[in-house]
Amino acid sequence: MNPTDIKNPEYFHKVVDCQYACPAHTPVPEYIRLIAAGRYDDAYMVNWESNVFPGILGRTCDRPCEPACRRGRIAKGEEPVAICRLKRVAADNKADISARLPQIPAQKNGKRIALIGAGPASLTVARDLMPLGYDIDIYDNQFAGGGMMRSQIPSFRLPASVLDEEVGYILDMGVVTQFNTEVTSLKSVLDKDYDAVFVGTGAPRGKGLNLPGLEEAGKQVHIGIDWLASVAFEHTTAIGRRVLVLGGGNTAMDCCRTSRRLGGEDVRVVVRSPFADMKASPWEKEDAMHEGIPIYDNHVPKEFVVEDGKLKGMHFEKVEAHYDENGKRSLVPTGEDLVFMEADDVLMAIGQDNAFPWVERDLGIEFDNWDMPVVDKATFQSTNPRVFFGGDAAFGPENVITAVAHGHQAAISIDLFCKAEPVSNRPAPMTNLLSQKMGIHEWSYDNQIENDKRFVVPMAPLEETLRNRKLEVELGFDVGTGFKEAERCLNCDVQTVFDTPRCIECDACVDICPTDCISFVENAEETELRTRLSATAGNLAQDLYVSTELPTRRVMVKDENVCLHCGLCAERCPTSAWDMQKFLYSVTKAGQ
Amino acid sequence: MSYQLPKFRHPDLPVNTLGYTRADYEGAISTLCAGCGHDSISGAIVRACHELALEPHRIAKLSGIGCSSKAPTYFLGKSHGFNSVHGRMPSVVSGANMANRDLLYLGVSGDGDTASIGMGQFAHAVRRNLNMVYIVMNNGCYGLTKGQDSATADAGSASKKGDPNPFSAIDLPGLALQLGATFVARSFSGDKGQLVPLIKAAISHRGFALIDVISPCVTFNNNPGSTKSYDFVREHAEATGTVDFVPMREEITASYPAGRTQDVTLHDGSVLHLEKLAPDLDPFDRVSAMVALQKHSAEGQILTGLIYMDKDSRDLHDVMETSRRPLNSLTEEDLCPGDKVLANINASLR
Repeated sequence: MNPTDIKNPEYFHKVVDCQYACPAHTPVPEYIRLIAAGRYDDAYMVNWESNVFPGILGRTCDRPCEPACRRGRIAKGEEPVAICRLKRVAADNKADISARLPQIPAQKNGKRIALIGAGPASLTVARDLMPLGYDIDIYDNQFAGGGMMRSQIPSFRLPASVLDEEVGYILDMGVVTQFNTEVTSLKSVLDKDYDAVFVGTGAPRGKGLNLPGLEEAGKQVHIGIDWLASVAFEHTTAIGRRVLVLGGGNTAMDCCRTSRRLGGEDVRVVVRSPFADMKASPWEKEDAMHEGIPIYDNHVPKEFVVEDGKLKGMHFEKVEAHYDENGKRSLVPTGEDLVFMEADDVLMAIGQDNAFPWVERDLGIEFDNWDMPVVDKATFQSTNPRVFFGGDAAFGPENVITAVAHGHQAAISIDLFCKAEPVSNRPAPMTNLLSQKMGIHEWSYDNQIENDKRFVVPMAPLEETLRNRKLEVELGFDVGTGFKEAERCLNCDVQTVFDTPRCIECDACVDICPTDCISFVENAEETELRTRLSATAGNLAQDLYVSTELPTRRVMVKDENVCLHCGLCAERCPTSAWDMQKFLYSVTKAGQ
Repeated sequence: MSYQLPKFRHPDLPVNTLGYTRADYEGAISTLCAGCGHDSISGAIVRACHELALEPHRIAKLSGIGCSSKAPTYFLGKSHGFNSVHGRMPSVVSGANMANRDLLYLGVSGDGDTASIGMGQFAHAVRRNLNMVYIVMNNGCYGLTKGQDSATADAGSASKKGDPNPFSAIDLPGLALQLGATFVARSFSGDKGQLVPLIKAAISHRGFALIDVISPCVTFNNNPGSTKSYDFVREHAEATGTVDFVPMREEITASYPAGRTQDVTLHDGSVLHLEKLAPDLDPFDRVSAMVALQKHSAEGQILTGLIYMDKDSRDLHDVMETSRRPLNSLTEEDLCPGDKVLANINASLR
């Protein structure tokens, strides 16, 4: 293998599994250390700079970081660091941070931007562009900002106060809000001579199932996200005693748990796929089951059963999942009798679609075969250079943190576009690599590896939370538990940096490494090299760090997979060929 | 400074026939200097014991005084240990071995502990062919007292703060050969590929097995001008050949090219596979071994690998025809079988 180019910022970035997996590339270990140090304001601001909604995401994020977390694979039964809930610790314990928010220039730059939709993507664009002097108008059909975070995420998961606070930080920068305003024509917005328009209208159309009996069942069958919005805006305050929720995603989980709070006693989730294949995050499934909601998997809805013009229930066909050699799944009926389940109400949460009936097709915006706008994956620009898309509106339903990442990139593009620079000029990330050496064998990070298992977030008593739709279920870690959970972090951003000329090949690092990451071997092609190491490097998703050739014609090879970042290699190195260096990677934002 | 090893190990560590991973053979975290060759030897001992699937409680590790003799704390944390008096480890092993022949005795010593204060003890353990592995962690200096030349420092070699050594060196393998040792090897802490099979072979050998391991002292004796530095040893080491050790339980699966190879079956049924032997050395001939050692030394080379082995070695218990059962397990009934037995013995002598 060729020697690893550690000057390429993506090499060490990839070692920081959590940050690499995060769509917004939030520097996770950095803020976890700040939480451990009790510096909650600083931890909050590191988050805020990167993901804009630390308090909201600390409760609701899909947390792609956690499955990626190295802690989860260093031993059987070991779980990832509770990164998401630690973020909430920073948000819960911070003092007033308003003085640390960016200054908004009194002298504007003369450019006007329209944001359509006031969800996470648009708010992120506003957050990045307001400090640069842009005039921004934001349009939304709801009465306040937040988009789906307000209409679809129930209050028992995300209290309105948290949402209002973090949406407020942005709107208070001087964004001109046009709430309760449904934009029905993009042309009308473009006609207002904005310098650029950003579309962040989400994926607002819930899918339905057109099964026999639907028409007769009429009002007792609801589209999940519409129903959640109606509950959030207090148009709906009750539901029947027996509720069937169709679908296996997070919206289904929100629907069933909300139903339990609005009078549903026998609430069931019914899903076509096997339990393990459900789209909902494992923790959301657990939370639903904790509230006494059974999940019936492998049940395909067949028809609504209506008697005397009233919904009685639904028929389901039982199926089995079969997988072909490519892993493609087919659901094969078992041939058993149809299963009947009683229901007073049915909520359909089987997915959502984008919908752009309000975008005229003669504005120079190309649409593809799926009736989605053609949007550049890096710049978020549509084929009309003045119109940008982001969030679920760009490429279909994702999640809040992805919308934030889109917003940052779209803001860069809009800024470049308004300065008449090519939007393809993407700024390089900001990186910094700094030795953590304080003295002989002393490091400025806590290199001791804690043995604690992942801590469980405490919850409010079930009987209370089921009585009050707005009472938050999770209480969050207290400061003490937050500290302990933070200490589980392995500090994967503190990199093991190898300096070949200093190495005397004494093997001290090989001998001390608790997880057998380091080997000195003859070089070979990657597949062969992976088998030559002290421990076979079987995780192909993790890179090998290969040095230049040593005097004995061998190379140092480090398998990054289960490195604990404990620093013992550097402590046992007599010549400081190994050093522990903190790698900070931050995605450059508009105007930086 | 870390005083504890993290508890986590590689999740796919191989498990030996006893169900143990290498981690089960580790000891406390080392307090020796960073880069000390001794730590590498500890690592090699851990690997050898794990690969041989030895039960940790069947091993006794014994040492004298010195950096080397601290080392047993850093491996085999679940085995018996005895950190004895300076240079007196062989006596303690002799006593222990006489009392309980069922344990595996692993003596760890240094150049000072062996070639100076313990020289007399060493000599007699060798000539009695005491069944033990005797590893010398040889750095040519007194590291624990700031690096003075030891008795194994080569003439002309200079340590970091010292003048060239005016005295001639004691060559432990040469000495052991002369004293009648039945297994003599030399290796280098920086070459685990060679050291691990040698340790395994020494463990399987019945009788006194000496491995003189050159182990650079990074703090006091790893400078230009020293003949025990990493660089010097790498440049001047000459291997007698490669050694591969196949434990008794395993089938020989590797195929070796024909030519200068030789398989030796050890006392416990294990097989030692020697390859690419130096043309001027027959490791089963004491005279040839002595000549080869002297010759390489005269040429400024350090001969490493298996130097000599007596395939028909008889250890101290064999020679003394002691009880097969360990003496410490014999009861009063066994030792004083009573008047009737005495009468029989007396009768047999009449």
